[in-house]
Amino acid sequence: MLYREAGQFKTDYASDQAIFPISQDRLGLAVIIAGALAIPLSGNDFLINAVATPFLIFSLAAIGLNLLTGYTGLLSLGTGAFMGVGAYACYKLTSIFPDVNILIWVAVSGLFSAAVGTIFGLPSLRIKGFYLAIATLAAQFFLEWCFIRVSWLYNYNISGAIEVPQRELFGIIVTGPRATAETRYYVVLGFVVVMTWIASNLVHGRIGRMWMAVRDMDIAAELMGIRLLSTKLLAFAVSSFYCGVAGALMTFLWYGGAEATVFNINQSFTILFMIIIGGLGSLLGAFLGAALIYIMPIVLRWVPELLGLPMQAATVEHVTFMTVGVLIIFFLIAEPAGLARLWQIGKQKLRVWPFPY
Amino acid sequence: MHLLYMIFIDPFVQMGQAPDLLAQTLWEGLVGGMLYALIALGFVLIFKASGVFNFAQGIMVVFAALTLVGLHDAGLNAFLALGLTIVVMFGLAFTVERVVLRPLVNQPDIILFMATFGITYFLIGFGEFVFGGDPKVMVTEDLFLPQGSITYKTLGGIVQLQKIDIAAVIIASIMVAALAVFFSKTRIGRALRAVADSHSAALSVGISLEQIWVIVWFAAGLVALVTGIFWGARSDVSFALEIIALKALPVLILGGFTSIPGAIVGGLIIGIGEKLGEFYWGPLVGGGTDAWFAYVIALVFLLFRPQGLFGEKIIERV
Amino acid sequence: MRAPSGPDVAVGDVLLSVERVSLSFGGVNAVSDVSFDIRKGEIRAIIGPNGAGKTSMLNVINGFYQPQQGRITFKGESHTKMRPYEAAHGGIARTFQNVALFRGMTALDNIMAGRSLKMNKNFFWQLLRYGPAMREEVEHRRRVEEIIDFLKIQEIRRTPVGRLPYGLQKRVELGRALAMEPELLLLDEPMAGMNMEEKEDMSRFVLDVNDHYGTTIALIEHDMGVVMDLSDRVVVLDHGIKIADGSPDEVKTNQAVIDAYLGVAH
Repeated sequence: MLYREAGQFKTDYASDQAIFPISQDRLGLAVIIAGALAIPLSGNDFLINAVATPFLIFSLAAIGLNLLTGYTGLLSLGTGAFMGVGAYACYKLTSIFPDVNILIWVAVSGLFSAAVGTIFGLPSLRIKGFYLAIATLAAQFFLEWCFIRVSWLYNYNISGAIEVPQRELFGIIVTGPRATAETRYYVVLGFVVVMTWIASNLVHGRIGRMWMAVRDMDIAAELMGIRLLSTKLLAFAVSSFYCGVAGALMTFLWYGGAEATVFNINQSFTILFMIIIGGLGSLLGAFLGAALIYIMPIVLRWVPELLGLPMQAATVEHVTFMTVGVLIIFFLIAEPAGLARLWQIGKQKLRVWPFPY
Repeated sequence: MHLLYMIFIDPFVQMGQAPDLLAQTLWEGLVGGMLYALIALGFVLIFKASGVFNFAQGIMVVFAALTLVGLHDAGLNAFLALGLTIVVMFGLAFTVERVVLRPLVNQPDIILFMATFGITYFLIGFGEFVFGGDPKVMVTEDLFLPQGSITYKTLGGIVQLQKIDIAAVIIASIMVAALAVFFSKTRIGRALRAVADSHSAALSVGISLEQIWVIVWFAAGLVALVTGIFWGARSDVSFALEIIALKALPVLILGGFTSIPGAIVGGLIIGIGEKLGEFYWGPLVGGGTDAWFAYVIALVFLLFRPQGLFGEKIIERV
Repeated sequence: MRAPSGPDVAVGDVLLSVERVSLSFGGVNAVSDVSFDIRKGEIRAIIGPNGAGKTSMLNVINGFYQPQQGRITFKGESHTKMRPYEAAHGGIARTFQNVALFRGMTALDNIMAGRSLKMNKNFFWQLLRYGPAMREEVEHRRRVEEIIDFLKIQEIRRTPVGRLPYGLQKRVELGRALAMEPELLLLDEPMAGMNMEEKEDMSRFVLDVNDHYGTTIALIEHDMGVVMDLSDRVVVLDHGIKIADGSPDEVKTNQAVIDAYLGVAH
């Protein structure tokens, strides 16, 4: 009743190809964006700094990995390292050119990540599937090692970590210890909204189709004239760009610093789990997965307290690991298309509601 | 020029100058390689018999070690703890196969691969919940495993072998030999090979698949436990061992998924390779190369032989 | 939508010729010293008992396998090693024995994927979508809709192909090949697994493609009735060797062909 398409006819191909053809969907999107803009008005620093900002950053990284693994079918375990490349690149760029706008450097650091990602993607011409995943492990461990050993990357700082310097934008302090949670949130929100829009454009057009063709049946794709190597390399490049920007945002606009362990194999697994649970091959899935995996431990810490049964921090971590493990297995067996598919099924039911079918 | 010398000439000069150090490094690489090979072996066993890619073998090794230590610390006699751990491992393997691997049997490898990460995370959480998260010490004395080391004066210097390492190599070799004989000479071994080839054909000649799988999972669990004991004896027992378990993957790439000798050869190449690399070339770049050396070897390998050393060439048909 | 013309080949001239091609896989000879040609505008059937090397022959033509000996001459150009990309760009499209559709996509997207060759608005326009990229999408969507109308698959255009019945999947696959606007269309057992009615529909489509678009067709088929009705000329393979080549009537009465099908030792 609420979610009916009746009466919404499309009279030209352009509107038929629109990404949100149903007007209720467009309304829903507007509501979400309005809500996102309004979050800082709540004044709750915890909500902004420990929930909303990291959620957006992880969603961005998840989108990046999803483009490579979900849409193009190339499993990568190097996400953490590619995020790191972005972070360290941004740090070096702003150290060497402190007067350039930091937001520009955040975007440019994505290009460095894209370059590194493309290089490590070259084996994908010869290597497929699970074997390629091992190759990405090589990238992960090698780059992680570089983050520790190449002291130039962290300006020879004795602690081995990078500390984010203060930077301003139009007179407002954007990074560094004095930047407010609200400012940082809006910057991250801006990046995420724009980059999600771009990712959506890509996957709904020619390039998205080429990626999915390579994923589904690369032989047929090749025989249709799709160049496999350039399609795969493009996927690596774009995906690493997104992960690099996410890494730079994470370091400069959330943590305020970073060290090599932040970008380790566990980070790679975390993002991978986000897209498995959220839904491979779905941009919405990236957000849903990030929400579930990132916010669940927070909820697990809070709810028992509210109910009067406090849980130790260590126990929360253990329960989180166990739950994530179970969810991964559950989704891979029962619904490989993840939460996004469940969402779609829900919308299907809503379209015919209150009728059963 | 100097750089080229440092990379291509000097390490070999060093090897020649101090052959005792070379022998020491080779030995340590051998031991490490044997243990990697054992992890890969557990995987190969299960794959040969059931066609299932059990990438969780690595985490099972860690879990076995933890269980053994946990039970022993709780006061049980070492051998009782050992027996109980075997039972636990068997139960675990059985559950994993039923609950996770069986439902995913027709899915592409990548899905199974990802599922085993799910298993890994679950076991990490569960293990730390039950046993606590701090590193533990493996049970060695109570199991009559030798302590201390033997020192040889040879090759112009000293070579020191840890007794536990010697024990590891001996026991591992016995196990591998036993498995090889078992596979090729006994009735059950033949049945296992039949099952690996074709389930339906095996069924039609009266082989009980259930029985076979039980035996195989038991063998794999045993291998995991032995591996866990020796790994744990050489370094602390904690879930950080999982990183070592991940290294079994390059071993599988070199050795292929279905070959027992392949797992051994692959393990030795990786183990010795990374030790030599770290000892002689590591200092040039600041050390720590063993974090990634194995994977880079595997990567280079894959570029030339995408199907591994012993694997079958993949012919794609349309 | 007319088939594009490269170096102009008149109807009736040889469009593609297979010259002394031999292909083997590690000791197994799939195809041995086979030569035949395909004339522009005709429907050429390739038949033979199972294992005769028919699919391998098709795979050589569109560059998936590289023959150890011999060459393919297409539109006047000779190739000893044809790459799939070259074949596709040259105007060769095909369907597969085991429907090779992109299962994660809808029927419409599958056919649109067939237009990839023709779409060239570069990466940066794709980032924006609105503007030149969108106009290109719409233009190709128009062409694809013509194919959808032609194949009568309007209702299922938004259905994920994995959910379609087999017969419709085959039709979508045909649509995807047609989207490439090929000069030469290779069909590998397009009627396999179909019932009588579906076969009649597919036969009609094949004839229409040949009539309406002028596309040259090479098809592998087991159903003799279909072969006799549809094809202009037939080439017969057995154990990788060509044993007959001619009109359907000539081939039907050829003793060697009859022996091959009945399994008489020779």
